Amino acid sequence: MRKFFTAVTAAALCMGVATAVHAKTLKMAYDADPVSLDPHEQLSGGTLQLSHMVFDPLVRWTKDLGFEGRLAESWERVDDKTMRFKLRQDVKFHSGNDMTSLDLVWTFDRLKKSPDFKGLFAPFEAMRVVDPHTVDLVTAEPYPLVLHQSTYIFAMDSQFYTGFDKNGKSKAAIVKHGDAFASTNVSGTGPFMVTQREQGVKVTFKRFDGYWDKKSPGNVSEIVMTPIKEGPTRVAALLSGDVDFIAPVPPTDLARIEKNEKTELVTMGGTRIITFQLNQNRVEHFKDQRVRQAIVHAINNKGIVKKIMKGFATVAGQQGPKGYAGFSETLQPRYDLAKAKELMKEAGLEKGFSVTMMAPNNRYVNDAKIAEAVASMLSKINIKVDLKTMPKAQYWPEFDKRSADMMMIGWHSDTEDSANFSEFLTMTPSTETGYGQYNSGNYSNAKVDELVIKSQSMTNPVERAKVLQEVEQVLYDDAAFVPLHWQNLAWAARKGVKIEPVVNVMNFPYLGDLVIE
Amino acid sequence: MDYFYFAVRRLLQALLVMFVISLIGFSIQDNLGDPLRELVGQSVSEAQRQELRDRMGLNDPFLVQYGRFLAKAVQGDLGQSYFFKKPALEVIAAKFPATLELVIGATLIIITFAVPLGVFCAIRPKSWFSKFVMGFSIVGISVPVFLTAIFSIYLFSVELGWMPSFGRGETRNILGWQSGFFTVDGLVHLILPSISLASIMMPLFIRLIRSEMMEILQMDYIRFAWAKGLYSKRVWFLHAFKNTLLPVITVGGVQVGTMLAYTILTESVFQWPGMGFLFLEAVNRVDTPLIIAYIIVVGLIFVVTNTVVDLVYTWVNPTVKLVGQKS
Repeated sequence: MRKFFTAVTAAALCMGVATAVHAKTLKMAYDADPVSLDPHEQLSGGTLQLSHMVFDPLVRWTKDLGFEGRLAESWERVDDKTMRFKLRQDVKFHSGNDMTSLDLVWTFDRLKKSPDFKGLFAPFEAMRVVDPHTVDLVTAEPYPLVLHQSTYIFAMDSQFYTGFDKNGKSKAAIVKHGDAFASTNVSGTGPFMVTQREQGVKVTFKRFDGYWDKKSPGNVSEIVMTPIKEGPTRVAALLSGDVDFIAPVPPTDLARIEKNEKTELVTMGGTRIITFQLNQNRVEHFKDQRVRQAIVHAINNKGIVKKIMKGFATVAGQQGPKGYAGFSETLQPRYDLAKAKELMKEAGLEKGFSVTMMAPNNRYVNDAKIAEAVASMLSKINIKVDLKTMPKAQYWPEFDKRSADMMMIGWHSDTEDSANFSEFLTMTPSTETGYGQYNSGNYSNAKVDELVIKSQSMTNPVERAKVLQEVEQVLYDDAAFVPLHWQNLAWAARKGVKIEPVVNVMNFPYLGDLVIE
Repeated sequence: MDYFYFAVRRLLQALLVMFVISLIGFSIQDNLGDPLRELVGQSVSEAQRQELRDRMGLNDPFLVQYGRFLAKAVQGDLGQSYFFKKPALEVIAAKFPATLELVIGATLIIITFAVPLGVFCAIRPKSWFSKFVMGFSIVGISVPVFLTAIFSIYLFSVELGWMPSFGRGETRNILGWQSGFFTVDGLVHLILPSISLASIMMPLFIRLIRSEMMEILQMDYIRFAWAKGLYSKRVWFLHAFKNTLLPVITVGGVQVGTMLAYTILTESVFQWPGMGFLFLEAVNRVDTPLIIAYIIVVGLIFVVTNTVVDLVYTWVNPTVKLVGQKS
């Protein structure tokens, strides 16, 4: 390792300016490795990270939450339900097959069958072939998030995945557990090919010689990805030069990495909101808007960010972060203890009451500590909290049962759009509509439901933003939930590994474009 | 004959213990969490989850599930790991060499240091070095293994840059054993994890050897040996040390099990791809078949080592009464 580091430094010194042609190896450590090589098996950060290495999407997010074409050269709206994508002509799969519109249609049909992805693609009716390099993406109703969702369409090699494997099963099958062809074999169009994979130990990648994007500045020819579960070990591996790039970075080590002259830290405001929900079915007092407001006013989320998160989070007053359609600058955090006490008095609850609270202790950054802080802050308005924290594996079944009066939940919008927060967290829970699946507070407001549903078919972004901002306003006035903060993101690399241009708020670095000096 | 009778009895007991372990292991699985949470994304609907649960047989009554498990278990099939998508036993077997390597490394370190130090402390209890060793062993026994591990990474990998900070290094296959013992890189990677693992057991053995030996040095036959005018080396290392080893073997055998428990901590700090790390990950991922398989495999190791220790002990020391022996 050490030798490698010296060799690279020496080489860089000799050449003066390193050119992009030379072979570079990136050793990276994440907290976990991808669960499967099948991009449709699980909707998770790990899967998406892998997809961006081995596959290419139709379009992808830019740093400022815009879109840039990848497999799609250009796109245009044909009518209010149809988007037409022109595909690149020169794209090859790792297997050598040419990519055509048939592959995209095949991929789309498979997405519609994936238990994890079909929810996201419910608004879409079909993808149709227009010619070998043009497809139409058709929605059932006018739909504003066609491009957002297109970032999830990673072309799979339909010829490669068609047929039967050695057990006589279809190669295309999406299997959640048990052996399947697509979980262990892969052919995409992406910048890297998987050369070796030992699950939980190591995945190695080699740059794909026939990669279509010749303009990409990326000069990494090999990637060795090792999962390192423990934060301190991950940091030690970077500091000792055993690896070049790590994520996530534990908040306690941020300062140390920033100060170290051999390493570089890149941070960014994230999009995952951390909240508490107030269960109105379990606690009568939570039905009183004044009580909910009092609770929101009593919780010093600014203090939590400063003291517990060490500044490594953005204080929140609403669901969606800045940059999202529904964000409005006026909805600021509202810690005010005096006002909270007054509101409790108004509600006739000066003497307070007792509630139960549950939070996970290994799901979100500092989750258990945050819950403890919130519990002690609530004691100042005489709400006595009986707190129970537990590992996430045990927490989720409790959450599904709505086992406590206040429960913590964090949410990241899979569509990178404001409406998604409400659809899962604040719309009226109903098994029929599927909305409010994670609304443990049972908050229900017809206005919110109506506005969010309305936004789903609005294709004018300006009008739509207004509607979503109104939703946030209603939730704010209602104190529908307790907003705490959005978790920030951090990556760290040794100097010379230029991660800053390739990382993004979605937390899947575009490693194909990574430059190592 | 007595010995045979004893061995059979022990074997039956071992089987019973294994059955109880499997029952306990299986019955706690419902409290470990919901495996579906780890298998599907957050936004998958409850109906979808139920459908998957049905298909995986997770909604069946406990006895049906346990019966199905037991029927397969007697044929050597402990189920499929959700995460690895392979038979759980196969996954554990693949990780076992790495753990074994670590345990062997730690054992070698313990033997090389604990025996001479323990003997020295017994022979020269008043020397300053003995006092230092005893004092240091108190510290060693009280510092948790993950702290030793993290501290050694910080010192030797980050600050001094002598050692690799994580992982197992290169391995080579010799005579069907894929091991890091056969490459320089593999050996270098073994040093810190082995020391960390040894650190928790070492003080115990130093103290054990010391106290046992001191006791034996007071015995009559040692006095006779001195009186006979034997060389001190012969008294210490032949007569006294041999008898010191008896309790050390028993404790050592039992401690192999404890050592396995500590590999969980050591392996997770060093990202060592062994069984212990695998288990911790399985618990986090609610990979229940893998958890149960691990419990059974480790249970088996415990039972086997204890049985072997019993048998060896009776063989080394014939004065010990066999259980069930007719007197």
